[in-house]
Amino acid sequence: MSQLSLKQREAGDVTVLDLSGKITIGEGSVQLREAVRGLLDNGKNKILLNLGDVSYVDSSGIGELVSSYTTVNKAGGQLKLLNLTKKIQDLLAITKLLTVFEIHEDEGTALSSFK
Amino acid sequence: MTETLDLSLPSKLESAETVSSEVKIAAAKIGFEDDDANWVELAVHEAVINAITHGNKHSDVKKVEVKLIIEDDALTVYIRDKGEGFDPTQLPDPTDVDNLLKPSGRGIFYMRTFMDEVEHSLHPEGGTIVRLKKWKRQQQSA
Repeated sequence: MSQLSLKQREAGDVTVLDLSGKITIGEGSVQLREAVRGLLDNGKNKILLNLGDVSYVDSSGIGELVSSYTTVNKAGGQLKLLNLTKKIQDLLAITKLLTVFEIHEDEGTALSSFK
Repeated sequence: MTETLDLSLPSKLESAETVSSEVKIAAAKIGFEDDDANWVELAVHEAVINAITHGNKHSDVKKVEVKLIIEDDALTVYIRDKGEGFDPTQLPDPTDVDNLLKPSGRGIFYMRTFMDEVEHSLHPEGGTIVRLKKWKRQQQSA
């Protein structure tokens, strides 16, 4: 069974990726990277990552979130985060990344924030 | 109570899962609070991953040696790789504004944040030893 499950849905021109499981070195990080690159390849550059069901993230997973963010930005798009667990919020806060990402707790607000 | 557990593991990512399982069991025996148990598991995971990837560079012939020392009030974990070693004082600060968007370089920072003691040393026969220690929090009296 894979470490990370990704479900894709569309809300207008925003693509929501519902993630559940682990974003850690190896399979989980690679799955996230490939999913984001696949969306960009298909011209979808407004991406909302729903992390509400992500149980575990390591430094590699945090690095992959950062890479995804910079890759999407460079492609002229926007990547935002939704429903951070306390653990992910702590990991981002400790490494001063809360200020880098745009983070939302409500999906409706998150969707309407995309330009 | 002092229990020790010695593991000699292949340099594969799956080995980090094996160590995490043992750390969970040890943390439960000591009675760490849930948050502390989670962060100790993450810190040890980061050290084991560093040993596998940066130390042993995934070599089939190099093992990662892990020792857990489980005491009533503390967990100490030693992780040894067979790599060339590095200077832990020369690592860039991942919270520096110039490094914020780098995809790597946060593992040792997390270890230092979540553990009470983190020490890197060189083994006389080669390789790096990381010693991580976490004390159990004293219960607050009512």
